[in-house]
Amino acid sequence: MIFDLRFAAEILPELLGALVVTVEAALLGTLLALVLGLAWAVVRRSRRYWMARPVRWIVDFIRSTPLLIQLYFLYFGLPAFGVSASPLLTGILGLGLHYSTYCSEVYRAGIEGVPRGQWEAARALGFRRLDTWRRVVLPQAIPPIVPALGNYLISMFKDSPLLAAITVTELLQTAKIIGAERFRYLEPLTLVGLLFLAVSLVASRGVRWLELRLVVRHA
Amino acid sequence: MPLACARLPAGPAGGEGRAGGRSFGADRRSGDATVNLPAPLDLLPHLLPGLGLTVALTVGGIVLATAAAVTAGLARLSPRLAVRAAATAYVETFRGTSALVQLFWFYFALPFVGVDLPAFWAGVLVLGLNTGAYGAEVVRGAMRSVPGGQVEAARALGFSRRQIRWRVVFPQAAVAMLPPAGNLAVELLKATALVSMITLAELTFRAQVLRSSTLRTVEIFAVVLVLYYGLARLLGIGFGALERRLGAGRLEEAA
Repeated sequence: MIFDLRFAAEILPELLGALVVTVEAALLGTLLALVLGLAWAVVRRSRRYWMARPVRWIVDFIRSTPLLIQLYFLYFGLPAFGVSASPLLTGILGLGLHYSTYCSEVYRAGIEGVPRGQWEAARALGFRRLDTWRRVVLPQAIPPIVPALGNYLISMFKDSPLLAAITVTELLQTAKIIGAERFRYLEPLTLVGLLFLAVSLVASRGVRWLELRLVVRHA
Repeated sequence: MPLACARLPAGPAGGEGRAGGRSFGADRRSGDATVNLPAPLDLLPHLLPGLGLTVALTVGGIVLATAAAVTAGLARLSPRLAVRAAATAYVETFRGTSALVQLFWFYFALPFVGVDLPAFWAGVLVLGLNTGAYGAEVVRGAMRSVPGGQVEAARALGFSRRQIRWRVVFPQAAVAMLPPAGNLAVELLKATALVSMITLAELTFRAQVLRSSTLRTVEIFAVVLVLYYGLARLLGIGFGALERRLGAGRLEEAA
């Protein structure tokens, strides 16, 4: 038989352990992306164009260039600026930064979906700008875009193997190490594929469920 | 700087033991050649050959992705269950696993089943099939967005099923496919960087080699990022032009 099931069963626990690192990186990266993305989206709407325009340009630049190079840039470049971070932390930073630019587009769509009258009413009621954002606009802008944000979370999870390139021993890197030690790549890499498939199928079911719930609530 | 030197990447420079060693040495030698260009630009002669490969990967990937997307997108609308199931399996598999994992699988695992692809073709195949799976959803959505009255009218005029699909529905759907297709093309371009990890000496790979021989880390990656950004803009401009061309005379309808 080509696919050695006994070998596959033997290495599965090790791969599952590495999956934890992958999921951890994706979750922390998501947290960063959600916060940074909101910041980008809000600043891009700022009336201070000297702030809004560079941010728009930076977001566009980060979104149009490969994550892998951004990771290399952070991993090899940060020490040159005197900042040192562990590979995992660097990777989370890179994932979060890259996906924050996607999230910013999603937030922007949500914010633009809030009717103008809401802004005007908030001003008429004497809300300060910060309170308008916090108490009027964002509570209406965010619930409809949660599913879209969820989809980017799943995309980020699928991009997390790139962290192998900067020596993080996540799922793919672990499979590579096993493959190199045992001279068999078929089983470890197939298992990695199946694990990714399993997690992302479950996650996209979750997002669809969330979508239905939110649509029902807002209809 | 010695710190950066010690932290060699596991990816390209780590060497998977295949083509890596050979091209690595070759680039080292060319890296010593002196070129009379000001500071960051002197890196360009070493990077440009990689840029050519990156463009070739992108073009090859887009061609395959388009074919895969149209085939699978239409198959998902087929009345036959088996065809639909096969297309769904393809789309879900390629969208559900990571592009890098697919690349490693096609390059490192497939040889164990007797299929030995060169790095370039493994790259084109994975980029094309991966993006094609996302594209299939775009094709399906766009085909379904064409109003049913179009099909009914064509049927009333005696068009055959094939004619309805290719002469009536597809041309109208294509206009709706283009904006998302443009985004996918940029995603594909970005994903070509992953092929460096299976030892193909494209732009990212050359940047890594150059980095380990010159240690001008920040400069090199800044130049490379700008090159990728330029390519992405070119793709954007190309798709924009295509949209205007195909969308000509339809703008009022769309608004």
